[in-house]
Amino acid sequence: MVQNTSKKSLTLVSETPSEPILSVSKIGRSCQGDWIWQNISFELFAGDRLAIVGPSGTGKSLLLRALAGLDPIQLGEIAFRGQSLSNLNMPRFRSQVIYLHQQPALLEGTVESNLQQIYQLAVHRNRTYNRSQILEYLSLLDRPAKFLDRSIEQLSGGERQIVACLRSLQLSPQVLLLDEPTASLDSTATKQLEALIAQWRQDDPQNACIWTSHDPAQIERVTMRQLVLSSERQTHD
Amino acid sequence: MTNTYLPIDNWQLALAAALILINLILSLSLRLGLAKRLGVAAFRMVAQLLLVGYVLGWVFALDNPLWVLLLVLTMSAIAGNASVNRTRRRFPGVYWNSFVSILTASAFVTGLLVEGIIHIHPWYDPQYVIPLLGMVLGNALTATSLALDRLMEDLVSRRSQIESLLALGATRWEAANDTLKEALRTGMIPTINSMMVLGLVSLPGMMTGQMLAGVNPTSAVRYQIVIYFTLAAGASLACMGIILLAFRILFSPEHQLRLERLRKVDS
Repeated sequence: MVQNTSKKSLTLVSETPSEPILSVSKIGRSCQGDWIWQNISFELFAGDRLAIVGPSGTGKSLLLRALAGLDPIQLGEIAFRGQSLSNLNMPRFRSQVIYLHQQPALLEGTVESNLQQIYQLAVHRNRTYNRSQILEYLSLLDRPAKFLDRSIEQLSGGERQIVACLRSLQLSPQVLLLDEPTASLDSTATKQLEALIAQWRQDDPQNACIWTSHDPAQIERVTMRQLVLSSERQTHD
Repeated sequence: MTNTYLPIDNWQLALAAALILINLILSLSLRLGLAKRLGVAAFRMVAQLLLVGYVLGWVFALDNPLWVLLLVLTMSAIAGNASVNRTRRRFPGVYWNSFVSILTASAFVTGLLVEGIIHIHPWYDPQYVIPLLGMVLGNALTATSLALDRLMEDLVSRRSQIESLLALGATRWEAANDTLKEALRTGMIPTINSMMVLGLVSLPGMMTGQMLAGVNPTSAVRYQIVIYFTLAAGASLACMGIILLAFRILFSPEHQLRLERLRKVDS
């Protein structure tokens, strides 16, 4: 049920180092006795840009959530840099592999307070909020520093997603799991979000990401290989 | 202290029951549709109280610690059950958790009260233990059902906020902190509110009862003060208990929010 259609992956294989960042082996997720997907295996290498595609209802979101350790899996194993997720400290792992929700939840307050609030978490306490880094990202989006003082309630859906994205990017994650991040955004906001992600990849070419999207053109733009989830819910092997 | 207590005989009971006619006439003439429910409620109230009166009288007369403990367990089980039934969702083990929280908290504070403060003798004297525990249980029941309901509803409605935090590296404790605190606050509000207006708006039942039994009001008030501190301590401990137990079930050690363990029930 899972095929690795790797149109462009031939070049990829030769470039990537031997050790994958994420390696997924034969994982399966069941829900009330039904397998949503199973026997999924793939690897994510440094600099990789992977798309997970498939009709809706095939569990693309659930797969990304499982990769972030937000949902349990019933079969198989996910490893981060050779270590099984079950042995890892989850908060530490999630500070490096960040899952970005399709509909991000922000807290009451200003844009800046949302960005700063994350540093109160124990796992990020050794870092400090870097305003100039955020301003750099904002200039990329043609937004003034005043944007940071805007209240969350005044933001459009696109702006909210951009704030959520900045909130993650400021932590310099190694992997981003992007769950239809532009599904409810207009074309301008979509371009801006893609530009932000591109900037983050440029900051460190080792950074890798996994996208899901309903838009084939976007998948073509932002990823270089695809993992296809099919809709048949059959027992594999 | 003069004992001016007047017992109520069967004829007087029947006379008082006639007061329900006021409700019945109102309900029928205004077509409130309450007549049947009123009848059932009145009947249950009378039957339950008469039964309890006999059971208590029996346990008081036996004066045996085992029967007192059995009664304590039964009352706690009923309170634990009722607390969960007032909420709109269930998770595996919720009844058991509610029973354990309410029993431990109530037994602890009641024990402190009767042994450490009032100094009753023998330690299980049902005349003190049962009514005091009953009040503590009743208050803990209200508090835990409010706290638990608030907690479960908030976890569902704030799911994306909690999961956003988890996804950014929050521990389950950090992600749930605000929700847990809010649940504890909600559970404590009725106790705090009633303490605020105590004596001004409402005369508490125990104090009224002691006064009817001929106790001097200033003595009755002292008892009531002691009781209220106990009630407040019991409520907050029971809320803490049920909140922490629910937290352990609804958040996994892998720092996942496991909402699939919550099931909605039709109320």
